[in-house]
Amino acid sequence: MSFLDYFRSQRKRSANVAKERLQIVVARERATRGGPDYLPELQSEILKVIRRYVEVDQDAVQIQLDREGDCEVLELNITLPDRH
Amino acid sequence: MAKIVVVTSGKGGVGKTTTSAAIGAGLAKAGHRTVLVDFDVGLRNLDLIMGCERRVVYDFINVIHEEASLNQALIRDKRVDNLFILAASQTRDKDALTEEGVERVLTELSKDFDYIICDSPAGIERGALLAMYYADEAIIVTNPEVSSVRDSDRVLGILASKTRRAANGDPPVREQLLLTRYSPQRVQKGEMLSVEDVKEILAIDLLGVIPESQAVLNASNAGVPVILEEDSDAGQAYQDSVARFLGEDRPHRFLQLEKKGLFGRLFGG
Ligand SMILES: Nc1ncnc2c1ncn2[C@@H]1O[C@H](COP(=O)(O)OP(=O)(O)O)[C@@H](O)[C@H]1O
Ligand SMILES: [Mg+2]
Repeated sequence: MSFLDYFRSQRKRSANVAKERLQIVVARERATRGGPDYLPELQSEILKVIRRYVEVDQDAVQIQLDREGDCEVLELNITLPDRH
Repeated sequence: MAKIVVVTSGKGGVGKTTTSAAIGAGLAKAGHRTVLVDFDVGLRNLDLIMGCERRVVYDFINVIHEEASLNQALIRDKRVDNLFILAASQTRDKDALTEEGVERVLTELSKDFDYIICDSPAGIERGALLAMYYADEAIIVTNPEVSSVRDSDRVLGILASKTRRAANGDPPVREQLLLTRYSPQRVQKGEMLSVEDVKEILAIDLLGVIPESQAVLNASNAGVPVILEEDSDAGQAYQDSVARFLGEDRPHRFLQLEKKGLFGRLFGG
């Protein structure tokens, strides 16, 4: 890899990093959209409770509201850290 | 019945007012009776960009408060037939914009115009929400930059849920992306999100890409909507966007580096 290519690949990364970060944040924000206004707060309170017992990431709790006919289903996805 | 078009973004300083002026002037030039309404109460700027700041006597808030009639407040553009401006108020507080007032003014304008272009303030507060609420179509102005893209996505969420169309269960607001301040050079270097990146994330139709251009500043200095600078890159990109808005199929220009400089030729792309 030439000197110039090295710098070019460094720079390439910044737009790619931007895109990846955006895809993650946008997906998370879309998941709670359209649902009741309390969803984001519910999500952060559940996170707090989990954190009393296990150390988990900020995005460990995923919450989604689905509509199935007349029924609303609240789907909770909690990712625990790897055991080692 | 007019089509109500909101020019919105969430983030400030991305080119909403520049775009409102350009698209409005373009639609009027194409023969459609068009009115530009400045919703940015307290920070009005559309009059400056349109070059009619010294002709503002009455504004949007005066009309809402029935201190002036629409006819008294509408400013006729001196360069383009069929083009009118309704300025925002400079002084009053933001609560001066009432839901009933906005609805009444838009309904009245609807009788006389083909297009009502609503220049939204930044943010997702009252003024921005009201600018979106009555829209039939939305032009989402976005810069190729993380915070702008994220804010645009939030605005898309609001358009889908908190508009008159959503409340009435009517067909949704038509959403189109206008990517502005685009620098092909920086995209090629990998420093800036590409048009494909932004399209992929926001997943809405692309109305146009406006290059980062000196012509925009020059036009705003002179109080001329940049679309009237017919030889400029930004002016032509806006002309293409207006044509697409009216249903014409035009290829996108200004996405690639036009000419390579000496450096580019020596070191390859
Ligand atoms: N395509 C462009 N190229 C260069 N400068 C631009 C472009 N579009 C907008 N600007 C500049 O960006 C600034 C903000 O634009 P404006 O239209 O007022 O944004 P907003 O209404 O979203 O706050 C202005 O100084 C304007 O001249
Ligand atoms: Mg503005």
